[in-house]
Amino acid sequence: MPPKLNLNRVDMPRQDPRVRARNFREVALGYTPEQALEEASRCILCPKRPCVGGCPVNIDIPDFIEALRKGDMHQAVRVLKNKNALPGICGRVCPQESQCEVVCTLEKRKAPVAIGRLERYIADWERKNKAELAPPAPPPPPTGKKVAVVGSGPAGLTAAAEMAKLGHAVTVFEALHVAGGVLMYGIPEFRLPKETVQGEVDYVKSLGVEIVLDAVIGKIDSVDELLAGGYDVVFLGTGAGLPMFLGVPGEDLCGIYSANEFLTRTNLMKAYLYPEYDTPLGMGKNVAVIGGGNVAMDSARCALRLGAKNVYIVYRRSAAELPARKEEVENAMEEGIIFKFLTNPTGFLGGGRGWVSGMQCIEMELGEPDASGRRRPIPKPGSEFLMKVDTVVVALGTSPNPLIAQTTVGLQTTRHGTVVADEKTGKTVKDRVWAGGDIVTGAATVISAMGAGKRAAADMHAFLMRK
Amino acid sequence: MYQILSAETLAPNIHQYRILAPRIARKAKPGQFVIVMVDEKGERIPLTIADWDASEGSVTVVFNEVGKTTHKLASVKPGDGILSFTGPLGLPAHVDKFGTVVCVVAGYSTATCAPIIKALKAAGNRVIVIIRAPSKDTLFGDEQLGAIADRVIISTGDGSFECVGFVLDPLKDVIQKEKVDRVFTAGPVCMMKLVANTTKPFKIPTIASLNPIMVDGTGMCGCCRVNIGGETKFACVDGPEFDAHKVDWASLMARRCTYSDDTGPVKYRCLNCAQW
Ligand SMILES: Cc1cc2nc3c(=O)[nH]c(=O)nc-3n(C[C@H](O)[C@H](O)[C@H](O)COP(=O)(O)OP(=O)(O)OC[C@H]3O[C@@H](n4cnc5c(N)ncnc54)[C@H](O)[C@@H]3O)c2cc1C
Ligand SMILES: Cc1cc2nc3c(=O)[nH]c(=O)nc-3n(C[C@H](O)[C@H](O)[C@H](O)COP(=O)(O)OP(=O)(O)OC[C@H]3O[C@@H](n4cnc5c(N)ncnc54)[C@H](O)[C@@H]3O)c2cc1C
Ligand code: SF4
Ligand code: SF4
Ligand code: FES
Repeated sequence: MPPKLNLNRVDMPRQDPRVRARNFREVALGYTPEQALEEASRCILCPKRPCVGGCPVNIDIPDFIEALRKGDMHQAVRVLKNKNALPGICGRVCPQESQCEVVCTLEKRKAPVAIGRLERYIADWERKNKAELAPPAPPPPPTGKKVAVVGSGPAGLTAAAEMAKLGHAVTVFEALHVAGGVLMYGIPEFRLPKETVQGEVDYVKSLGVEIVLDAVIGKIDSVDELLAGGYDVVFLGTGAGLPMFLGVPGEDLCGIYSANEFLTRTNLMKAYLYPEYDTPLGMGKNVAVIGGGNVAMDSARCALRLGAKNVYIVYRRSAAELPARKEEVENAMEEGIIFKFLTNPTGFLGGGRGWVSGMQCIEMELGEPDASGRRRPIPKPGSEFLMKVDTVVVALGTSPNPLIAQTTVGLQTTRHGTVVADEKTGKTVKDRVWAGGDIVTGAATVISAMGAGKRAAADMHAFLMRK
Repeated sequence: MYQILSAETLAPNIHQYRILAPRIARKAKPGQFVIVMVDEKGERIPLTIADWDASEGSVTVVFNEVGKTTHKLASVKPGDGILSFTGPLGLPAHVDKFGTVVCVVAGYSTATCAPIIKALKAAGNRVIVIIRAPSKDTLFGDEQLGAIADRVIISTGDGSFECVGFVLDPLKDVIQKEKVDRVFTAGPVCMMKLVANTTKPFKIPTIASLNPIMVDGTGMCGCCRVNIGGETKFACVDGPEFDAHKVDWASLMARRCTYSDDTGPVKYRCLNCAQW
């Protein structure tokens, strides 16, 4: 007889929207032990384990849930870490609703097991109880092979961890002064505490990975120089960090930021703690964020927390087409972000000393579906209007930084600037070079970048052992 | 940590640091810069590479104490270190055999232009340097440049910062007396703009080393964007050198002052700046 289904998904406590809209502390507070147990008990431990296939790194989900239920936290951690070096990050920012949870058997009854929240609970338990954990497995015998990983985002960190676990000597080169990529400079503290990220970076280091900061590959050594200088293989995980702008008049005015600049100042450089931290951020009262993805939601929610009075999301399609995660859109709405749908900026006006004072907009309507399957926005003639804004964040998306492609001989790129690599193995057309994450796919997700890092590591290992 | 090997004060508020950074010293080229972060709470600021020694593994920077970060940096003593030092960033200076090149420099650029001038000389150019300093006691670097350039002209005013126009007189003078094939300028934005305006009627190719505010210095944030002949360029990866006749100076000046307000140091306000 099938077990009785419990369809009451346990909610995770969150900070009150009115309070959290003014602080940078984490919004979602995590399960209590009781809540975690209750949620874990809802899993029916399906023999076919559909959830495992929904996770891009194939975490043995029912196994960690079972361990959690038995109260064997060490085992739960082991199951997680076996497939995912960064569970505290994934549990927080994975779009679970379209990955592991969407294929959960209970999804058919609209109450999938909250896999991400349980994953986060276990990762947080491990962080808190570090001392209790058994020492990590003894290091594998060294293979004598050297691996260079370029970029320390989720793709690079995962590739590095996997290769180190196999006994290779791994060096990660990172352009910025801290490791973590978008996890450090893009995703805000209130969604992903930087302490959590650095904890997981430390775990990767504990596997024997060396991380060299302040190292821009292409400016110090090029990829070819790394290969000539003793590295047997190179993995490229440099992400998609080049911001796009609208290309409309007035975009160079002060107070107009790319989302990358706005978020980097806020998160990486901690402008929200200015003047204790030195990096300033000019914040006005009326802020327009242009775009509808996760990056736009994060920017808008940061603006609110930095003291803006009115924060608008300006998006050229309608609510139904918003590419951001549903949960983050709801969070933003709860916090008081104002959505201006079917609106497109056409230019900016400047006030005193070259600071932005207004944004010229036009209303849009939706026409026929375009290549992406979404209905194409078309300007409504005569519908121009002016929005009074004093800060603008342009969150239209990013493409890979061209530096690596420009300085590496024989790497193939697409017209979008992404690097061509085999989908299954991450192998590029260049000998001894693999790539994965946003540099290959364009802006995507943390877990897909990790999956790519992992597949590339397996293929690099096979290559090195064959040699 | 990047260790400070030596610290020297060249003129009031102008310091020269030799810093241990072998990776950068191996690759540096004239005209490139580094991004410096003094400590964990610090801001990332760009400084030009003024000299380097690959065998010793050192990189030299010269900086002007103007605000929070440069004050902080000036308080770091030899033997101590700074948190982050990234480079060499930006494209190297364009060096070729042009003929006669006039370099108009002021402030920290008086020191940081030296590698470019050396390279221009090595490429077979005649190089005339015009140094702008507000007064005699703020002048530095003239002897060093005198030893590498063919001629050094010094333009000091009466001690006030109100007008940087003084460099324009010797510049016009040189242009009228001899054939000038190229002009290079580095220093305050307002001075570079006036130099560009001066050489434009003579159609002399003029290059300016631009200094917008930066964050990452690797092309990731777009903070350093400048408008060059109607096109958006990122100074940290497409520059810092650009065709001075195509630069939108008003926008650069305004963006340069994003974080300064009317209470900012009066001495940096130039009467010719559009935004004040
Ligand atoms: C604001 C924001 C919010 C997001 N929210 C989510 C979310 O909620 N959930 C989700 O799954 N995904 C989210 N994403 C997407 C996700 O963060 C990315 O898809 C993921 O980080 C890509 O990982 P990566 O390793 O490929 O690259 P990145 O994380 O971009 O890391 C690349 C690293 O390489 C370094 N680098 C670049 N060039 C060089 C060089 N030449 N030499 C040395 N180092 C170099 C960079 O400095 C960087 O540290 C978000 C992205 C942003 C910007
Ligand atoms: C590519 C590049 C190379 C550079 N190379 C050097 C270098 O070699 N040496 C050096 O000293 N600086 C150099 N700069 C400028 C340097 O980055 C700034 O002076 C520095 O960021 C100031 O930081 P701060 O925190 O000390 O001052 P802030 O607090 O940022 O500024 C204090 C005040 O001084 C004004 N101010 C700051 N810098 C200048 C300036 N240069 N001219 C006029 N007014 C100014 C500001 O508008 C503000 O009002 C370079 C800039 C770029 C983009
Ligand atoms: S890593 Fe992401 S997709 Fe995989 S189980 Fe965890 S939350 Fe789900
Ligand atoms: S599909 Fe859902 S219910 Fe089934 S084992 Fe996975 S998490 Fe549990
Ligand atoms: S400084 Fe960030 S793009 Fe140039």
